[in-house]
Amino acid sequence: MGQALDRMKFGIVALMAAAMAFGLAFAAPQAMAQDASGTDVGGGAAGAAADADAAAAAADAFDGGIDAPAGEVNAASAGGYAPMAPTEGKGMPTSYQEDALKSMTFQDQYTADGAYALGMHDYILMPVITVISLFVLFLLLYVVVKFRRGANPVASKTTHNTMIEVVWTIVPVIILVVIAVPSITLLARQYETPPEEAITVKAVGYQWYWGYEYPDHDVEVISNMLEADEALSRGEPYQLAVDNRMVVPAGVPLRIQTTAADVIHAFAVPSLWFKQDAVPGRLNERMLVIEEPGVYYGQCSELCGSRHGYMPITVEALPMEQFEAWVVEQGGSIPGSAELEDNNDPIDTGDESPAAADPEAAADA
Amino acid sequence: MATTADDFAPGAGAHAGHGGDHDHDHADHKPGFFARWFMSTNHKDIGSLYLMFAIVAGIIGGAISGIMRVELAEPGIQYLQWWAQFMGGANDINTALHMWNVFITAHGLIMVFFMVMPAMIGGFGNWFVPLMIGAPDMAFPRMNNVSFWLTVAGFFSLLFSLFVPGGSGPGAGVGWTVYAPLSTTGSPGPAVDFAIFSLHLAGAGSILGATNFITTIFNMRAPGMTLHKMPLFVWSVLVTAFLLLLALPVLAAAITMLLTDRNFGTTFFDPAGGGDPVLYQHLFWFFGHPEVYIMILPGFGMISQIVATFSRKPVFGYLGMAYAMVAIGVVGFIVWAHHMYTVGLDVNTKMYFTAATMVIAVPTGVKIFSWIATMWGGSLEFKSPMVWSLGFIFLFTVGGVTGVVLANGGIDDNLHDTYYVVAHFHYVLSMGAVFSMFAGFYYWFPKMSGRMHSELLSHIHFWTFFVGVNVIFFPQHFLGMQGMPRRYPDYAEAYTFWHEISTYGYYIMAGSMIFFFVNIAYALLAGKKAEGNPWGEGATTLEWTLPSPPPYHQFETLPVIEDHHDYHDHRPATA
Repeated sequence: MGQALDRMKFGIVALMAAAMAFGLAFAAPQAMAQDASGTDVGGGAAGAAADADAAAAAADAFDGGIDAPAGEVNAASAGGYAPMAPTEGKGMPTSYQEDALKSMTFQDQYTADGAYALGMHDYILMPVITVISLFVLFLLLYVVVKFRRGANPVASKTTHNTMIEVVWTIVPVIILVVIAVPSITLLARQYETPPEEAITVKAVGYQWYWGYEYPDHDVEVISNMLEADEALSRGEPYQLAVDNRMVVPAGVPLRIQTTAADVIHAFAVPSLWFKQDAVPGRLNERMLVIEEPGVYYGQCSELCGSRHGYMPITVEALPMEQFEAWVVEQGGSIPGSAELEDNNDPIDTGDESPAAADPEAAADA
Repeated sequence: MATTADDFAPGAGAHAGHGGDHDHDHADHKPGFFARWFMSTNHKDIGSLYLMFAIVAGIIGGAISGIMRVELAEPGIQYLQWWAQFMGGANDINTALHMWNVFITAHGLIMVFFMVMPAMIGGFGNWFVPLMIGAPDMAFPRMNNVSFWLTVAGFFSLLFSLFVPGGSGPGAGVGWTVYAPLSTTGSPGPAVDFAIFSLHLAGAGSILGATNFITTIFNMRAPGMTLHKMPLFVWSVLVTAFLLLLALPVLAAAITMLLTDRNFGTTFFDPAGGGDPVLYQHLFWFFGHPEVYIMILPGFGMISQIVATFSRKPVFGYLGMAYAMVAIGVVGFIVWAHHMYTVGLDVNTKMYFTAATMVIAVPTGVKIFSWIATMWGGSLEFKSPMVWSLGFIFLFTVGGVTGVVLANGGIDDNLHDTYYVVAHFHYVLSMGAVFSMFAGFYYWFPKMSGRMHSELLSHIHFWTFFVGVNVIFFPQHFLGMQGMPRRYPDYAEAYTFWHEISTYGYYIMAGSMIFFFVNIAYALLAGKKAEGNPWGEGATTLEWTLPSPPPYHQFETLPVIEDHHDYHDHRPATA
């Protein structure tokens, strides 16, 4: 919540600066880069606080795992996956009553590209469009007062001024170029090819639910919206919560593929700055790196029939060890530990797989 | 009347008086009621029919938005089941939710095809293009009549679709974009066929209308009125007509393919048969993006006329204004995929469409600043058309700058298909286009009816409407940024507050429309008789040289635009 307030304050400062000189916009990409790292720190702190909250609400062993992977292995082998409790204000919309300012802007972002995009919006686009709108409003009010018939009974006959016409053509062009530079950069970042070891999750849209396939892990999840009572009893927001979540590891590249079985759907999670249509007969792919564990809610964003509003998306990002434990619990397998798996029954694999994945986890940390 | 004929008789020749009498007899010979209104070939009567039709369609489309806003005032489903039964559907939740999709579809199609387009092009275009260029009528009067009745037939086809099965309930619930495969395999029943056919009819009517306008403007301008002396409203209709002529056939092709996919086993948009759902989107938006300029360009033209009139000053940068509209029209054809940023375009395509889309801001900016420059140094009078124009300029700017935000493909990833988009396009349409239509209506109502409306009621209408629409749509930016998707009948509790505010805005807006209708009734029943030119010396285009209302046939002797006339003053020499 502090994050949103900070953003607002920064936005207002940036707005004033931009009013003085659009030159600020040239410096903004650097500012944004700093901001992105700043957001990480803030987000991390918020996340830690959230973890403490969640620990009180949810199973201790489960949550303690975030800080101590060793404890997590035990919890997992004991079959301890329990849906993570969502954190208020994280990965979900904020109501006006909770935080008026935050309810009027974007959700906090938990991907690097999302932070970049948010920075671009808050520090470049928002100041520019606000200044332009106020400038036009000011000019309108000025002419209304200055050139009203009472004040100026005889109209001038001026119809041309080449200089001013050139200026109001060129200046918008310059502003647009200033916007275009970070915009094109953002697109390039969003379209980075996922590395080979990225974990593939294929989200398939159905009328009216989502299926999540994990081809690397031989897991498939069918995800339906929870009834309002059920969602509330689990402490989750109505209309956003689902029975089976799309569980993914945090901090590692994911290869999100989307397609659909019947009509077009769209896989969208606002707090991850991620939206990709699920089109029958096509396989869309985009890399996604969720920076920290958490529960992130989204909703189908392409009209898909009568229950379009009732096929939400819940992404649960977990540390790698817990993700693998979840995979095992779902009856899947961990790639790279295939030989071990062949020789052992699933319960033993639960013990083996986190160890196999340890180097990766260490690299992430 | 006889003196009126003299006013526009060229050069006040020796036999002008005699000619005037002759004109008088012929000009006022009107056919009987049925022949006049159902077989009309008179551009003014057809214009009036279009305006009345647009008002009726606007009431229906606006009522549907009311149903939606009331439903959205709080989370959960409140009234949809009742509406589903009212429309003849079953009393179950699926039918109720389907009803929601039917409402969003009907609202969109009615407002676009049966309210804005008929009012702007059919209504004001028919009425004032011939008057402004000094022509007796449109080039093809009978085709003009066909255009109108095709539009009406299209509207009935759409209304009919509401009462036949369309999937899990009556009506077509596919959105105004009619995306496949929801509109093909996803919607059994004849409703979607009737909705598609309604677009065929309305589209055919518009194509005929567009050819009519192009022919009229190119061939029937009064002697001496070169293209560069035409009023900007005529320019705007000319550009719009070209957009219609080039864009609508693409829509016709796309929706015909939908029909054959639905009924005759083709698979244009079905991947199972080698087709591609995304192809439909490309075709639709190749039409759909020019369509949004079709809806706003005539508004630009009207605003230019009105601002110049009430500033008593010629339009600033006339050529820049005219060619800015041409530029908007041309660039409007090469930006369509910005409606499809999340569909899975490759990165270079997305970069191109981002850059191209932002280019449109430049000619649009030229227009905004030129309107302000027109007022600069002018002698401004705040009659009702002028206040609506001032409101238009500001609100269109607000809608325009959020368009610059959405133009960025990377930013749109979050905002696509959210309420931010809804807010954006209602700022440019429901405030841009609609404000320009009210401005044009109040500007030309005295000319069309021969009666003056109440300035007081018009101003109250303006201020209440201004407050209402802003309260409706400004909070929708917040909802969109928070992630509220469009086309949802229900929402997470966190969105409640701004939805509730938005619904209050609807009540204000709906209340403000009372002033509009009372104003029309007052003017028609008790309004002062309007002079030929009620707006004073700033009104310099040819329609103001005629009496109000103009004779049934005008300009039987063509006015001559002499060399000393500039684009901003077409009046015959008074000497």
